[in-house]
Amino acid sequence: MMDVIAVILLFCGLFFFTGGAVGIIRFPDFYSRLHPAGKLDTAGLLMAMAGMALHTIHDLSMSSLFTGFKILLIVVFVFITSPTATHAIIDAGVRAGLRPWTKKEKEEHP
Amino acid sequence: MADHEQGNQSKDPLQPLVGPATSAYLQIKKIFQLFLLPVFITFFILFGIWLLLSGRFDLFHISLGVISCMIISFYSCDLLFSQPVNRRIPLVWFRFIKYIPWLLYQIFLANIHVMRLVLHPQMMELIDPKIITFKSRLKSDMSLVTFANSITLTPGTITVYVSVYGDFRVHIIDQASGQALPGEMEERIARAFGE
Amino acid sequence: MNSIFLYASIYLCLVMAFSLYRAVAGPTVLDRLIGVNAIGSKTTALLVLIGLMYKRVDMFVDIALAYAMLNFIAVLAASRYFQKKKGLYDEADRR
Repeated sequence: MMDVIAVILLFCGLFFFTGGAVGIIRFPDFYSRLHPAGKLDTAGLLMAMAGMALHTIHDLSMSSLFTGFKILLIVVFVFITSPTATHAIIDAGVRAGLRPWTKKEKEEHP
Repeated sequence: MADHEQGNQSKDPLQPLVGPATSAYLQIKKIFQLFLLPVFITFFILFGIWLLLSGRFDLFHISLGVISCMIISFYSCDLLFSQPVNRRIPLVWFRFIKYIPWLLYQIFLANIHVMRLVLHPQMMELIDPKIITFKSRLKSDMSLVTFANSITLTPGTITVYVSVYGDFRVHIIDQASGQALPGEMEERIARAFGE
Repeated sequence: MNSIFLYASIYLCLVMAFSLYRAVAGPTVLDRLIGVNAIGSKTTALLVLIGLMYKRVDMFVDIALAYAMLNFIAVLAASRYFQKKKGLYDEADRR
């Protein structure tokens, strides 16, 4: 029963990872590519790691509980650092003077 | 929760040694609050992480952990606590933990929205990226950082720039994700940090 | 159970190949940085999956944690380095 939930969570995570990769390829410019890259990946990591932690702790021994907790610690760490990395990249783009892609600009020179 | 104990101890053991209102007592208390208390709190946080990551409880590993955590917390406690420690920190942590499930639910909803946008065949007509600005009423550094990171974590919005006075520049990907921006999230953060 | 983890990690490698396209063919340096960051966050999940396959999760979790930290520091350092360069906009124009 627990394994079924773990596999479902893992597949949800893989689905979000796929969305992130497709979004990175399809979106038109650098600013909008950051939206799927930074955060669909974070959500996918949360779900995949939750599934794997659930599969790890299912025999309920002391060391496996520790390992599951460490997997969740990775998720907490990524949730703190991922916005910071995204912000660093977008700040570099703004300071280098990259203009964001908008709809009007596209109509001017197609 | 270690900081709560330390906060209580700062008053009790010093009172019988020196009189309650003498200048020496106040000076010792000031030194304690400014320097010793942040060192202790940082030491307990770091030592908890050490125990969690090492997972071995024999004498050798624990003494290594105590020595290295002491050195690190002595030299770099001012990175974690840039302002003097006050009594309200456990309360703020408790209310902040109550804020997290709502944030996770919001992240989930917004992720579904961006997934629909990514996999939509006519994506180019749907998206409308632009940069909006607004002014927030949050004051302290910690709440501003939490608000900016929460904005960046909910997909569809990325914080470009935050000033100390609360001016935000946010890049949004379409109209729907930018509509509800300075609303409920700011209110909940203000409630969590007591502003 | 083991074969599910095997197919999941193969699929994850396939998704990483998609991100590698953006890392190779991105118009500006920062696009490449986004691709590298996406590959790094997928590798963290892949390392834990490998640990589950070999039944040594307790060892691979530490490697995954160190990899997540290294990925974060690499992205931060690279973006701080490239923000001094004024030529990024020309590179996007030349496309």
